[in-house]
Amino acid sequence: MTKVRVAGAGMTAFGSHPERTSRDLFAEAGRDAIEDAGVAREDVEGVYYGNFMGELSEHQGHQGPLAAEALGVQAPATRYESACASSGVALRQAVRDVRNGEADVLVVGGTERMTNLSTAESTEALAIAADELYEVRAGVTFPGAYAMMATAYFEQFGGTREDLAHVAVKNHANAVGNERAQYQREITVEAALESPAVADPLHLYDACPVTDGASAVVLVSEDYADDHNLDAGVAITGTGQGGDRMALQDRENVATSPAATEAAEEAYADAGIGADDVDVAEVHDCFTIAEVLALESLGFFDTGEGITAAREGVTTRDGDLPVNLSGGLKAKGHPVGATGTSQVAELTKLLRGDHVNSEHVPEAQVGVAHNAGGTVASAVVHVLEEVVS
Amino acid sequence: MTDDGEESVGDAGFDEFVAALAEGDGYYVECANGHGSLPPRRVCPECGSADLDETALPETGEVATYTKVHVPAPSFADDAPYVTAVVDFGPVRLTGQVLAAVENVEIGTTVEVGVRVTETRGDPLVVFEPR
Ligand SMILES: [Zn+2]
Repeated sequence: MTKVRVAGAGMTAFGSHPERTSRDLFAEAGRDAIEDAGVAREDVEGVYYGNFMGELSEHQGHQGPLAAEALGVQAPATRYESACASSGVALRQAVRDVRNGEADVLVVGGTERMTNLSTAESTEALAIAADELYEVRAGVTFPGAYAMMATAYFEQFGGTREDLAHVAVKNHANAVGNERAQYQREITVEAALESPAVADPLHLYDACPVTDGASAVVLVSEDYADDHNLDAGVAITGTGQGGDRMALQDRENVATSPAATEAAEEAYADAGIGADDVDVAEVHDCFTIAEVLALESLGFFDTGEGITAAREGVTTRDGDLPVNLSGGLKAKGHPVGATGTSQVAELTKLLRGDHVNSEHVPEAQVGVAHNAGGTVASAVVHVLEEVVS
Repeated sequence: MTDDGEESVGDAGFDEFVAALAEGDGYYVECANGHGSLPPRRVCPECGSADLDETALPETGEVATYTKVHVPAPSFADDAPYVTAVVDFGPVRLTGQVLAAVENVEIGTTVEVGVRVTETRGDPLVVFEPR
């Protein structure tokens, strides 16, 4: 089996670009990734592209070919949709295709255009990641669904809004130096607690923002990297995906995310590592409670123990296991379809040593990316490792 | 339900389920192995059994989790704020809105199910009333 290297990574600034089309955003991220990789455009054999709400935000389906065009690449291109895990699942397919020898050079990425919608419209658009008949028609919004998970978590395991506020404070602190992040400013626990309620117990500062942005990575086979003398010092050594019932009402327990546990176990086994080997992680913190569920699913904490990780400093940048050094979805921003590959782009830079926060993880060799769709009815996990030459 | 005077197309299975709830004749679908699920189904999502029977929904359920939604989607603009809950009826759970102040709702609260219409658009809405 061929090994898979990340040869290049690119991201637009995440934030509010209501006037920029998806094709324009992806053109920038993809160009940067291809230039960073140093591969010839004509060597690209496929474009794997994640997008969630293009029909609603741009009246545009069939976005794969547009993504390839935007990059000036003549190759087959396919869009992957798995809600907020769209580019994560695109990446998984690309990793498998390189491993299988189907391709030597692939561009994988994603884009979302969201801020051209009103708050009400984007709330409605995000809700379609839930079950239309049984959840959306009951008035369940995306924050409302995670709020019900938080309520159940507090009841079963304890925890407070203040514990969740520490997750937001940590991720904002990490974003301060990240020039691609939407919010490069610190917040306080007090400000988080006093922010307006969105869906109890979640308030505004527990939620990721509405974001425009694109991200891309270039995957190459090890042979291609060697033959072309590429500086591709990070490998994707593990991939895993898990699934769960769509609606919260059909889950055994809404205070856990077993789809992510399944994805993590598969990815760790694939890479031949365990949770203890992980030095740094980017996890899907669309809401503060989501980061807690992710930490537990990834095996970093026992069930019910992840809630205090940020408050106790375990997952802060100077802690034992820094989580979301990019700022996470909370502060870096969450352009839904771009998020999965942006996590991998950030981890690649963290492991290479050219990320603004690399100084906090100078010895890091193993990174994990956790990307969830909807209320974690979909989950995909990837293991990245520094290639020791 | 009409939209701009035109007949809208229904959702077979689901519409009948909501109509039955409104009549106080709620049901769920049970497979040969005893797994409960909600319509429309052709096979049991747990085991794949195609041997499905409609079975009466218990009269009351218990709140499994809930939230008070302050920021709604446009189709619920005039309904907000409201409380949504997942209610455990034993073999199945069902999501709807609780007709009570959030202060009077907690995990374990006993409720019965019914159907109202939303304030914003007059769409059918599964509701729970504490009792
Ligand atoms: Zn069954």
